[in-house]
Amino acid sequence: MQKEKGHIDYNTPVIIIKDLYKSFGDNDVLKGIDLTVYKGENVVVLGRSGTGKSVLIKMISGLLKPDSGTVNVLGYDVPSLNEKKLRELRMKLGFSFQNSALYDSMTVRENLEFPLVKNSHHLAKKDLNNSIERVLDAVGLLQSINQMPSELSGGQRKRIGIARTLIMQPQIMLYDEPTAGLDPITSTEINNLIVAVQEKFHTSSIIITHDLTCAKATGDRVAMMLDGQFVKVGSFDSIFDTKDERINSFYEYNFIQ
Amino acid sequence: MKYVISKNVDSFFTDVSDVFGFVVRFFKEVFKPPFEFNEMIKQCYNVGVRSVALITVTGFITGLVFTKQSRPSLAEFGATSWLPSLVGIAVIKSLAPLVTALICAGKVGSGIGAELGSMKVTEQIDAMDVSGVNAFKFLVVTRIVATSICIPLLMMYAAFVSLMGSYIDIHSHENITLLTFFQNAFQKITFLDFASTLFRSVIYGFTISLVGCFKGYNTTQGTEGVGKAANMAVVVSMFLIFIEEMAIIQMVNWIR
Repeated sequence: MQKEKGHIDYNTPVIIIKDLYKSFGDNDVLKGIDLTVYKGENVVVLGRSGTGKSVLIKMISGLLKPDSGTVNVLGYDVPSLNEKKLRELRMKLGFSFQNSALYDSMTVRENLEFPLVKNSHHLAKKDLNNSIERVLDAVGLLQSINQMPSELSGGQRKRIGIARTLIMQPQIMLYDEPTAGLDPITSTEINNLIVAVQEKFHTSSIIITHDLTCAKATGDRVAMMLDGQFVKVGSFDSIFDTKDERINSFYEYNFIQ
Repeated sequence: MKYVISKNVDSFFTDVSDVFGFVVRFFKEVFKPPFEFNEMIKQCYNVGVRSVALITVTGFITGLVFTKQSRPSLAEFGATSWLPSLVGIAVIKSLAPLVTALICAGKVGSGIGAELGSMKVTEQIDAMDVSGVNAFKFLVVTRIVATSICIPLLMMYAAFVSLMGSYIDIHSHENITLLTFFQNAFQKITFLDFASTLFRSVIYGFTISLVGCFKGYNTTQGTEGVGKAANMAVVVSMFLIFIEEMAIIQMVNWIR
């Protein structure tokens, strides 16, 4: 099923990346990345493991600094931000980590409370509870509110991870391998959740994945990354309408898998 | 990749610079609001209260064994009445701070290294940072402050328990009251001795938590890295404790 694109505002770019380079020692990870994400758009960054996809979103959120190039997010020039401005930007971003990164020592409720309490010091208990219930309801896990992360399944952890980012009402969502390690049914649930988040919370998103089903289900646009560069950017179907051997083998390998 | 001198030398200086940056960041953050009081109290409980049982047993045995070992030598000169003074000097000036620091380096240092290390490799620290929370202040500053407060308190408790262990042995041989024992034990202890012991304990607490936090916060290489971080937190902090012990005692002797 192809997604509708009526909700995208092509006049308002929220992420503009230009000529981005990053290396770790001798390993050149990103070699000149250009990407623009528009308001309300879901862009999937597709590629094999180790091609630098996660490095890209870590630079968008300011967790890593680029060697050269610009990363502009919601009008902030990320690499040059001071600590205060970076925190201001991060409150507008939601980052869903590959392994969910739930705080082990806290219950689901405390995991969700944590960013909210730390960032809004004068929040009433009632408003706090309403926010928690709203996002847990959105991810369909209201019943897990008092469970510890260790008591949750992989799919549930992913959903709680997404809920924890949604509680801050972000404008941009960054998903790092949202379906990695999940069975096909749970993956489909996560894909549906990503689309539902986009529609309900009007977020723009970058989804990092190597899963073609996820890319097709969630992406308005797909950027195919190979060896630290985008070799093709466009709709899911246009990406694979190519004679490029590397892209075709990626496609075939995914479905053989 | 080109190295300025060699791989090992470059890496050593990079590490030194990273530790220096870590310490500078701690002092920048520690006085800057918001202060994480709740987390600090939780860490005080973890470091202090949860170490009491271990400190009680080790402190008591230290005092008891030291007294038993010292008795024959003093008995040769008919000087067993000096035992309380000897034990007082040994425990307060050296044994209590060292034993407390080494026990805590093993228990607290490895715990901090492993906890922060596993948070690092499972991206929980990154998750805190990207949600607008200052992870360094919440995780590192609170642990360093809590440990720097709790180790001196544990040291004083360890000294008390050691002296009690010593008293039990002395009391079984000589008819001496607890009050007289403590009067004799503190007879040769000056304010400078006590102040230097307290100061050393603060430094040991700071060192243990700083090393644990640094190793944990900079963990790489997955679960293997977590084990290394916990291990290195103990080894490095124990090594530094002995260096600091030597340096501070030398300084105190100059002052004296």
